[in-house]
Amino acid sequence: MKRVYVNEKWCLGCHLCEYYCAFASTNEKDMARALKDIRIHPRIRIEEKDGISFAVSCRHCDEPLCVKGCITGALTRKDGIITIDRNRCIGCYTCILSCPFGAVSPSEDGAIQKCELCIKTAGGTPKCVEGCPNGAIVFEERGE
Amino acid sequence: MAVEYIYPDYEIVRDYDRCIVCRVCERQCANEAHEYLSDKNKMVADNAKCVNCHRCVSLCPTRALKIVKSDHTFKENANWTGKSIKEIYKQAGSGGVLLSSMGNPENYPVYFDKILLNASQVTNPSIDPLREPMETRVYLGAKPERIERDEKGRLINNLKPQLKLSMPVMFSAMSYGSISYNAHESLARAATELGILYNTGEGGLHEDFYKYGKNTIVQVASGRFGVHKKYLESSAAIEIKMGQGAKPGIGGHLPGTKVGEDISKTRMIPVGTDAISPAPHHDIYSIEDLRQLVYSLKEATGYTKPVIVKIAAVHNVALIASGIARSGADIIAIDGFRGGTGAAPTRIRDHVGIPIELALASVDQRLRDEGIRNNVSIVVAGSIRSSADVVKAVALGADAVYIGTAALIALGCHLCRSCHTGKCNWGIATQREDLVKRLNPNLGYKRLVNLMNAWKHEIKEMMGGMGINSIESLKGNRLMLRGVGLNEKELQILGIKHAGE
Repeated sequence: MKRVYVNEKWCLGCHLCEYYCAFASTNEKDMARALKDIRIHPRIRIEEKDGISFAVSCRHCDEPLCVKGCITGALTRKDGIITIDRNRCIGCYTCILSCPFGAVSPSEDGAIQKCELCIKTAGGTPKCVEGCPNGAIVFEERGE
Repeated sequence: MAVEYIYPDYEIVRDYDRCIVCRVCERQCANEAHEYLSDKNKMVADNAKCVNCHRCVSLCPTRALKIVKSDHTFKENANWTGKSIKEIYKQAGSGGVLLSSMGNPENYPVYFDKILLNASQVTNPSIDPLREPMETRVYLGAKPERIERDEKGRLINNLKPQLKLSMPVMFSAMSYGSISYNAHESLARAATELGILYNTGEGGLHEDFYKYGKNTIVQVASGRFGVHKKYLESSAAIEIKMGQGAKPGIGGHLPGTKVGEDISKTRMIPVGTDAISPAPHHDIYSIEDLRQLVYSLKEATGYTKPVIVKIAAVHNVALIASGIARSGADIIAIDGFRGGTGAAPTRIRDHVGIPIELALASVDQRLRDEGIRNNVSIVVAGSIRSSADVVKAVALGADAVYIGTAALIALGCHLCRSCHTGKCNWGIATQREDLVKRLNPNLGYKRLVNLMNAWKHEIKEMMGGMGINSIESLKGNRLMLRGVGLNEKELQILGIKHAGE
């Protein structure tokens, strides 16, 4: 299955992936209109310290602790992609506590949010991958 | 300073309706021109720090930025231009030599732009390169003067070592030091994939790049940096650098701040010391001395590879080339006055040397007149900007061309001409780790390969139009060229007719 992989060797810490991610979940055509004067809540985050930086988003684990811990069945794994049913999520945040990568976060409306590889929004290649200026985020098949 | 004599050359224009305060401009500017005001949640910019490299413009996700030329002006004066006045202010303040980077930007004639190519009509058929074979391969090196046979009449192979190129273009000498590790890796990998060559420049060869040796020209320059047996042996050819088009007559200077651990190892000098290449080779004061070095290098490598001698195009270039062609060198590289550099004194760069088109035409003619053209191949450099320039150079007599600036532009260079500051925002002309990583060679080498493949298609199209199916048939074929707006003398030197003749 194709996954998002990150190579910190090429990550510049420019944070553009976060903005492309936030843009992907809006229905706007124009990024300026979509993100002007708002605080973004991206599903991918840059971690940086001492000159090293890299992006972190959902790994779509084979044995996902978030799905195991979800008490309402809002998180499901289908075809290897872990998705969230926002109507079922009650905001108990068990998934946030159990994700070892810190890749699940609260959204603005109480339900949780996480990377869904842009299958619901952009379709095809995840926007963080398309928007990375230095090829530090790739979307590829690497074998299980 | 209380008195600021110089108003910034560029203004950073931000469309605040489009700025989403993502701060990528701030994070990506090594000159720190952009600033985030946290109390106002607003981006601002300091125009004085902008070098117009377009890094922020290219990465801004909402296209909220552009750089414009300042319209602030001095009182108009055709003689004392704003540039002249500002340079005096700078020198009056610093007391120093003005430094510049990349090629001569001044308004001298570009002869390539005054030469037009021919095409076939009616009486001779043009060739469609998509349907018929078209040969762009060239071999560089000395060609045999005569066929030799042994006592039984069998042919003796008297061909001296040759370089095989899939197209008549190579990446010119740019040292590790003047450009980054990632830029070098991009060039080396692209040359390997394309079947052409790149050139180490005078900075030695990083140990990681020995594996690209078959596509590497190693340089021996006046500083002799990084020259040792394995270095010479690993290469496809050895180039003796006598001069550089951007700064004929002077040497080079890599500041100690750029000589880190890796570069110190590669150049074989202590960390933090200035790497100074002397103006002359201290063992070469004549063609005879040059001949000694040519043969020392051939001896050291068992006569297995061609030796190139690179010179800057200067006034008596034809005479010098004639001497080099008799020195045992296999290839002469001539670098015109538009050639690039990582740093040069402005006055040298802008006022010394001659155009490569004139130098090439006169060298080719002189070597033919003296019957020694086959002793050497001619490679020209110094602002080959497109495939059309390549075709014109070959028709003027070149066997191949070197491209430096064009290759760097493919890697992202925006010709801001600030290489000498060492803060290249595109990761090319810098050794700062955080900047070097901005050039990912996995992406960079593909862009170089794309550029060269595009040029190769165009070269074939132009050759096909002229009814020529091999680059060898184009070489020195000046009947395919016509001048526009050139005077008799210029036409005579170029050896071409005027359009309409």
